[in-house]
Amino acid sequence: MHLAIKHLTHYTYSAPVPYGVQQLRLYPKPTRGQRLISWSVTVEGATQQAEFTDHHRNHVVMFSFDPDVTELIIRSEGVVEMTDTAGIVGPHEGMAPLWLFQRPTDHTRAGKGCREILRSVEGDGNLARLHDLSTRVHAAIAYETGKSEIAWTAEDALAAGHGVCQDHAHVFIACARAMGLPARYVSGYLRMDGQDEQSATHAWAEAHVEGLGWVGFDVSNAISPDTRYVRVATGLDYTEAAPISGHRYGTAAENMDVTLHVTQQQ
Amino acid sequence: MKPHRDRLVATISIAQAPGQGKHDPMDMFDEMQGQNGQIRSPYAKFDAWLSEEDAARLRAKSREAEDLFRLTGITFNVYGRSEAEERLIPFDIIPRIISGREWQRLERGIEQRVRAINAFLHDIYHRQEILRAGRVPQEMIANNVAFLPQMIGMMPPGGVYTHITGIDLVRTGPDDFFVLEDNARTPSGVSYMLENRETMLRMFPELFSRNQVRPVSDYPRNLRRSLAASAPAACEGTPTVAVLTPGIYNSAYYEHAFLADKMGIELVEGHDLRIVDGRVAMRTTRGYQPIDVLYRRVDDDFLDPLNFNPESALGVPGIMDVYRAGGITIANAPGTGISDDKAIYSYMPEIVEFYTGERPILQNVPTWRCNEKESLDYVLAHLSELVVKEVHGSGGYGMLIGPAASKKELKEFERKLRARPGNYIAQPTLSLSTVPVFTKSGLAPRHVDLRPFVLMSPEGINVTPGGLTRVAMKKGSLVVNSSQGGGTKDTWVLED
Repeated sequence: MHLAIKHLTHYTYSAPVPYGVQQLRLYPKPTRGQRLISWSVTVEGATQQAEFTDHHRNHVVMFSFDPDVTELIIRSEGVVEMTDTAGIVGPHEGMAPLWLFQRPTDHTRAGKGCREILRSVEGDGNLARLHDLSTRVHAAIAYETGKSEIAWTAEDALAAGHGVCQDHAHVFIACARAMGLPARYVSGYLRMDGQDEQSATHAWAEAHVEGLGWVGFDVSNAISPDTRYVRVATGLDYTEAAPISGHRYGTAAENMDVTLHVTQQQ
Repeated sequence: MKPHRDRLVATISIAQAPGQGKHDPMDMFDEMQGQNGQIRSPYAKFDAWLSEEDAARLRAKSREAEDLFRLTGITFNVYGRSEAEERLIPFDIIPRIISGREWQRLERGIEQRVRAINAFLHDIYHRQEILRAGRVPQEMIANNVAFLPQMIGMMPPGGVYTHITGIDLVRTGPDDFFVLEDNARTPSGVSYMLENRETMLRMFPELFSRNQVRPVSDYPRNLRRSLAASAPAACEGTPTVAVLTPGIYNSAYYEHAFLADKMGIELVEGHDLRIVDGRVAMRTTRGYQPIDVLYRRVDDDFLDPLNFNPESALGVPGIMDVYRAGGITIANAPGTGISDDKAIYSYMPEIVEFYTGERPILQNVPTWRCNEKESLDYVLAHLSELVVKEVHGSGGYGMLIGPAASKKELKEFERKLRARPGNYIAQPTLSLSTVPVFTKSGLAPRHVDLRPFVLMSPEGINVTPGGLTRVAMKKGSLVVNSSQGGGTKDTWVLED
């Protein structure tokens, strides 16, 4: 199956921005069951400064704002060929040791809320327990957009009882790590059934299970990722896998509009 | 924002021999007078000079030295005191003298240690062979906040991690030197080493014609050369080197400005820098000029608000991206803190052997890691005899000197140890060597330590002869930290 993706992020600023930098993780990463047919990222309003592969093997490109811009347009588009792997990403690769994925981060520190979920998790073996965990996190946090904050931690989301895919992933990761399993955050694209236009980029989690390697869990949709899921970047939590992160000087307010189309071609 | 703890203030924290603070003169090694009151040979010429000197003249000279320091403005801030308080670090006019033969052995040991630290850092951020071999337990690294994931797989230009290292040494006998602490982040104090020598040369030029003292004044030139030799591949022509300071509120600002001035290079702050043409560049009158090597005196966490602490106003957003793309050398490399952490310290003998295949030339102080149950039990049972330090602490803050502690302090520390054992290590109290200081009533022995400064570049390792001697100015005290009332001395290595 081929997925054609058009992802446009449009920032506008209330005043000219004197200077800033932006870090993009917008290249689908080499993954089993996922092959890039074509891909391009173009940016208007900023100039490319650095390009490298990070410690999670993400392709990172860093841009600096052109002087006094009031808008910034980031377009990533291309075609990805997808084959089904039943949610299994496979063996751990790269130099980052597996234990790194067992370390809690600020966003994924298990507290009272996570411990409460963990007490009820059951199942035979780690894979079954992770599926059960996914179901319980889904039940504990209602999916509601526009009411959560990007800086929320796993415990913040559990306390609120609602959140978005980022929060689902963080809680799942925090709990999986508390179970002693390596877990990580994935940002990417999802083609929701029967619709070409998507409201936003998606996020889910992966846990490392002995014998299988990395296995994906999309808590928000209560399934394991299939051919509709394009992996773009991974990290210990949102901050390391965010498609776009930036740092600006000046006091201008920022407005962001995202249009995303994920179309099935075959 | 929290002030940066500067690491000049780092360290020493060895208490005296058990015996409730009473000195046993038989145990004490004085570097000038030895154990039997006989002047030791490195001090022979100095002693002869001293015996001809008039006490009143020396007193006047001592005051003059103090005025000189006040004039140069070499002061430091003490954390936890009123914000604007700046203090003069006391300077003592009696030099600390090390023979050429003694130094030779120290120098070899220091080089070996710095080589091992760099090999360890490379390994820890790449294949982690030392963990696979079980020589350092995985959890020592896995649970360590000083391990910086962003450095995984990153090869710093020229393979150098610690361009500048300060190795803190103490001495307990003629041939017994111990490493107390490795400083592999941003060690400071070298400006005192240079100022101390300059002051001595001005006050007592005759001493330097009687004694062949190895010079230290070429340190800034060596530092600049060493940094330039570590330039990244992106560098074109003569490397541009700059010093990055957190600014005038940092306790070591004086030193940052001093070093930039002595090296003849720019002193910059984060807001002076931009990313231009794939390089970190500083604003000059001729536009933005790329920096090849940045000698940064800003801690990792504050270095890059895009990649680390987003609240930092002291750093350069995106510098890590440029670094990873090969556009700049950051000295020292980010993530070096994993090698000078006090818990890792206890593994240094294994680390030296693992990477050099040699026996360590310099000894470690025996260390109990309180995260190990048996060690914790021992430490709790012998608390009044031991020195207990926080694993990530510095500057003599938050530590316990057992023999000098009150019952209440011991109780309080016992509670802390039980609550977070992994946060502490403990060491025996050593009988530190003394060197006389000049007092109103003549010479009096005071405890000292030594921080030699080590430069590393792809071209090799350079150890400045001597280093900074810190001295506990209070009688019987073993705390030499400048933040705790310690002073400094000029340190001589003789050509013999």
